[in-house]
Amino acid sequence: MPIQVLMPALSPTMEKGNLAKWLKKEGETIKSGDVIAEIETDKATMEVEATDEGTLGKILIPEGTADVAVNTPIATILADGESAADLAKAPAPAAQQKAAESAAPAAAKAEAPQPKAAPAPQAVAEPDPEVPAGTEMITQTIREALRDAMAEEMRRDPDVFVMGEEVAEYQGAYKVTQGLLQEFGAKRVIDTPITEHGFAGVGVGAAMTGLKPIVEFMTFNFAMQAIDQIINSAAKTLYMSGGQMGCSIVFRGPNGAAARVAAQHSQDYSAWYSNVPGLKVVAPFSAADYKGLLKAAIRDPNPVIFLENEVLYGHTGEVPKLDDFIIPIGKARIVRAGTHVTIISWSNGMTYALKAADELAKDGIEAEVIDLRTLRPMDTETIINSVKKTGRAVTVEEGWAQSGVGAEIAARIMENAFDYLDAPVARVSGKDVPMPYAANLEKLALPSAAEVVEAAKAVCYR
Amino acid sequence: MAAPKKAAASTPQDKTDGGSPPEFTREQELKALRDMLLIRRFEEKAGQLYGMGAIGGFCHLYIGQEAVVVGMQMALKPGDQVITGYRDHGHMLATGMDANGVMAELTGRRGGYSKGKGGSMHMFSKEKHFYGGHGIVGAQVSLGTGLAFANNYRGNDNVSVTYFGDGAANQGQVYESFNMAELWKLPVIYVIENNRYAMGTSVSRASAQQDFSKRGVSFNIPGRQVDGMDVRAVKAAGDEAAAWCRAGKGPYILEMQTYRYRGHSMSDPAKYRTREEVEKVRHDQDPIEQVRNRLLAAKVSEADLKAIDAEVRDIVNASADFAQHDPEPDAAELWTDVYR
Repeated sequence: MPIQVLMPALSPTMEKGNLAKWLKKEGETIKSGDVIAEIETDKATMEVEATDEGTLGKILIPEGTADVAVNTPIATILADGESAADLAKAPAPAAQQKAAESAAPAAAKAEAPQPKAAPAPQAVAEPDPEVPAGTEMITQTIREALRDAMAEEMRRDPDVFVMGEEVAEYQGAYKVTQGLLQEFGAKRVIDTPITEHGFAGVGVGAAMTGLKPIVEFMTFNFAMQAIDQIINSAAKTLYMSGGQMGCSIVFRGPNGAAARVAAQHSQDYSAWYSNVPGLKVVAPFSAADYKGLLKAAIRDPNPVIFLENEVLYGHTGEVPKLDDFIIPIGKARIVRAGTHVTIISWSNGMTYALKAADELAKDGIEAEVIDLRTLRPMDTETIINSVKKTGRAVTVEEGWAQSGVGAEIAARIMENAFDYLDAPVARVSGKDVPMPYAANLEKLALPSAAEVVEAAKAVCYR
Repeated sequence: MAAPKKAAASTPQDKTDGGSPPEFTREQELKALRDMLLIRRFEEKAGQLYGMGAIGGFCHLYIGQEAVVVGMQMALKPGDQVITGYRDHGHMLATGMDANGVMAELTGRRGGYSKGKGGSMHMFSKEKHFYGGHGIVGAQVSLGTGLAFANNYRGNDNVSVTYFGDGAANQGQVYESFNMAELWKLPVIYVIENNRYAMGTSVSRASAQQDFSKRGVSFNIPGRQVDGMDVRAVKAAGDEAAAWCRAGKGPYILEMQTYRYRGHSMSDPAKYRTREEVEKVRHDQDPIEQVRNRLLAAKVSEADLKAIDAEVRDIVNASADFAQHDPEPDAAELWTDVYR
């Protein structure tokens, strides 16, 4: 029976890609290992190698096709003795799709834990006060917004440079630094060895002299190797020196769960860093916030932990076309106005929060959704004002609940708005386990929109 | 059988200090004596104040190692940075930081270099290019490499002098830093102050390779062992290392063979070595006595030397007085300098 070639996944978070080029024609003989096609995503271009021998029977997806979903059949290979007439015997794509799904469920299912592909769910009800009315908007991915933020700040200030693993020649492990080497050269876009503890210290030392490094961690999981330099050197030096010597430095990279990378690559460090005085901690959700807050972080005279989310990199959003678009650090944003319950989240937690708000609206519950954007300093005022109005609150985070950011928010609400509460604050969080690998378990370990809906209904006594 | 291949790069790796180091001029000898005496008397006073309860927490004295920082400082030029670990009082005084400010920091007073918020292990001076004063063993090595990175980035010809001990030399980030420093040819002199004991653990009990000048071999970083009790040898080695760095050739390692007379900190019972061992070094190799004897041999009068001692004692006594009478920081200082 003819063999189907499926659109492969190039990374744990890839959902679709472009079929750039066919390197074999129909009727050509194929040996195992032959490169038959090129596919590309916004991150990378990769070659598709045949794993079976035979003849390329039929090309199902022509070259130049964009947004081909992972596991879509792209061609069939005929085994020896088979002919084009046998093509009909190939399983129907739908059936094949189903088979593939059971084989590789995470790649095929785009539902939670992975949010839907672009555009990001941004039910923006409230206009962003940082954007003047009538501003022209451009649509770009979060990855591009981050790149533009760095490029703009590097053009503006020669003391700004970026260092990290694979940031230069490779164009960024997640392609966030794409093109920076070409524009700014190797002096300012610096590939480091795999040596987090060391290069974090080098960055802090350089910052102590007044330079403004952007230190990229391939993920914040690896920054645990460097956390001594981040906390003991970067966060504390200004205080220990009586204000003489601090450091303006940004530590940035993807944080939290990606998809199917298991316990050591899936931890959310929001609570860890937000515990530390001397650090500022930023964790945006929308593309515009990613850009405006990264620019603010680079200019900030303090060390800033900039927590990104790999799952969101490919998501698109509207970014104001302004020469100098800055979002101030420390200001939350009401993304959706409501009166019955306040849902507070940040970064990818907003995906569940916004989805839940849509669901709740169907049941007549109008949720007010707050995107914290900055975790330290925390915009307590915005939270408290909202809770005074709604009397109920739900926090949503991907990290663990114990000593988590949600716990902190609940405490602040209790301290500042106890008399306004009509129900105890509810927390939705990652489950109290290391992240499992199996697709079904991973999904269970992460929060979901359904859990947020359930929590919101519970605090509304519905 | 083929002859073994010649070593690829010619580095001063195997160079040993043959014979006496270059002589100092009388002026240099007098300056070295004065600067080393200042450190010794300051540290003795700090020890007294600690005993009186005026200084709290940890207090690591530099007595015995004075020739290292004084000799190195004589090899530096304005703008060169200095960074070290927690045994840092000597380094600060050598860079010219004010004794009052250092002592007042030890007593936790508002006139201290860190307004009383850093203490013995955490002091800084932007003006004197002193970058601390770091309490985490080995952390200063990455930071000092970053200072050199900044020199390189700015295109100046300053060097970063990064001090650490034989104990810190076993930390992982030291080697991460060595790798990057040589890879990027950063102007950093790694000064390993081998005082033979990491707290209470002798070098032989902690280090597989006890020749610290060879710790950069696998990174192609040249290194040499230096008699760290002879200020002239230190200065000569510092000159050579600084010239290497300023020429754009990358980092350089100097192992300073030195000795601390006092315990690791004030609370050290010193059970790991004998009193005789300490006395022998003191008697045979004391860095200050070496200079004093040379000056006397060169017909400098006892009176002249006493005058130096008196000047130094005045500075130290004044600093102790200041440090005990300066007010504690205002309570409002608790909340300042967290962010800027």
